[in-house]
Amino acid sequence: MSTHTEEIVDDYKPFNTDEIDTFQATRKVTLKTFRFNAETDYLPYYKHYEMEVGKDELILDLLNRIKWEHDGSFSYRRSCRHGICGACAIKVNGKATLACKQNAIELIELFGDELLIEPSSTKRAIKDMIIDKSDFWEKHAAVKPYVVSDVEARPKTESKQSIAEFNNFLDSDLCIQCGACHYSCPALEVNDAFLGPAALNAAYRFTVDTRDEAGDERLKITAEQGSGVWDCVKCFECAEACPKEINPIEKIGKLHNLQFVRGVAKSNVATRHAEGFLRGMKKSGYLDEADIVTYSEGYLGVYKHLGTALKMMKTGKIHWHSGIPFINSIPKIKNLDEVQKLIEISQTNKL
Amino acid sequence: MSEQLHYALFTGCTAKQSTPELLSSTLAVADKLGIKITILEEASCCGASHLQDFDEFLAHVLNARNICYAEKLGLTMITICNTCQLNSAMTKHALDKDPELKARVNEKLAEVGLEYKGTSEIKHFLYTLIDEYGVENIKDKVEVPLSHLNIAPFYGCHNIRPSELHEEANGHENPYNPTSLDNLIDALEGNPVNYESKNKCCGFHVELQANHTSEVLAGNALLDAVDNNADMMVTPCPLCHLKMDTYQDSIGEVMGRDVELPVLHMPQMVALALGCSEKEIGLNFHVQKAAHLYSQAS
Repeated sequence: MSTHTEEIVDDYKPFNTDEIDTFQATRKVTLKTFRFNAETDYLPYYKHYEMEVGKDELILDLLNRIKWEHDGSFSYRRSCRHGICGACAIKVNGKATLACKQNAIELIELFGDELLIEPSSTKRAIKDMIIDKSDFWEKHAAVKPYVVSDVEARPKTESKQSIAEFNNFLDSDLCIQCGACHYSCPALEVNDAFLGPAALNAAYRFTVDTRDEAGDERLKITAEQGSGVWDCVKCFECAEACPKEINPIEKIGKLHNLQFVRGVAKSNVATRHAEGFLRGMKKSGYLDEADIVTYSEGYLGVYKHLGTALKMMKTGKIHWHSGIPFINSIPKIKNLDEVQKLIEISQTNKL
Repeated sequence: MSEQLHYALFTGCTAKQSTPELLSSTLAVADKLGIKITILEEASCCGASHLQDFDEFLAHVLNARNICYAEKLGLTMITICNTCQLNSAMTKHALDKDPELKARVNEKLAEVGLEYKGTSEIKHFLYTLIDEYGVENIKDKVEVPLSHLNIAPFYGCHNIRPSELHEEANGHENPYNPTSLDNLIDALEGNPVNYESKNKCCGFHVELQANHTSEVLAGNALLDAVDNNADMMVTPCPLCHLKMDTYQDSIGEVMGRDVELPVLHMPQMVALALGCSEKEIGLNFHVQKAAHLYSQAS
């Protein structure tokens, strides 16, 4: 070991000090963190962890610091740290968050200096951030999320996809099965049978693959009332939640259209509700609010709405003649003939 | 404001049928604030995202036609329904970024002598009030402060999600922490209720085909507001209003708890604070009784 010492005169300053301060500025944050161990705890509870957070830290770094600096028993899933394995999806203040992709300061700016750290679905928690995702995988498997094709064992030619064919399913193929959309879906929270945005996105992915032969079967599965596309509430939570920007609800919309394009759609309350908009539009340009209910439900099914209809009549929201053909006098738009003509020449689907 | 604000109003279907109070209060507010409104009497239904499920191309053609009429006037098209906003903006977005689709749509529109150009902005009335008229300016016009009311803002999905579609038109409102309605309530001197469900779904769109889901979603939001001491709820969307106002009896049955909460349209709340007339505000059209809000305020 050298004993030689040298006085180093360091007068070189790469930044002025103010700049360095800004650069290294940290924010103090309290992490109100969901804790639960299904094996030992009767109920979940929340623990508060305080820390200084730097500008480059990700939510995953904060989870690591809870474990490494505060409590080694704190549990969460993590693997790739590159937004590709989908393991670390959690919720922060109710916002679906892929922990390894989300900058922490951004969320502090959005929600303030207390962040609520919870698993994707608190009711499915096994240990802290770790949840039982079996419902997610069951629904995923239910839509046949693979190419169904009778391929020869030794094919003589390649099964190629053109760029256009590939682009059909490109973004839906980017799904990392993190469950962010699935556990942000309010329809699923209420209706256990609903397939949910991730499974429906997968159904779309393989249905539009030109090598696949199970499209109609998948469309029938996803057209089922109670579990399929018609139970989507159109809230766009999934579009917002997806860390890969897939926009699952857009794919749900395409599945709706495909039912009609490929003639899989059956006449029921949901399909008539979609197609029935045209009835009013052809007559007045507007949706006919009373007609859409009678037409969708059928005259026998409409009794369910009589109570509501009477209340609406009483306050003048609807008129006594609403829903009665020929007398019903909803207003008409100007230049109604244009709408009629455009429907005639642009309609591509039929029920 | 140096120049008078002037907008083309796309009323949507509900304001012309089951929620006449939405149209009258919108016009009353605009009148009080000196905002000029030209109603697009040619505009048809936006498809409400249901026609889109049936025939997406046709829905684009019909929405593009509506936008053409705002473009002809050289005005921003304003909406008073979140779902009208969503579907009109979706068509604009699709056509503006896809020249091939725009050409296909224009081929149809040419048959009726119209052309979609993409020159008009599309904005919900809430955001024109906030971003263009200005919250501070509204504050100056308040005649009847709403300080006696705890008001639960209910944002409605289609004004805030997907954020990518709306951010230009809604002042970059964050769907996980929206603030515009809260700020508006503040400006009218009301007390905004902070509750978790403010940015959640009301369930309107599956009222017919998934009734239980619809009732529970609306019930969750209404009861959350009630449990946080709301005297009333306010929403910029007439579909949220219809679901949450009209169905409180059946929602109460599903939730196992009585629900009684007036649900006002955003312009009704503003009209109340600006001292508009009882007739213009139209609280008599509500199924859940709300008329007392007028007598209390005046």
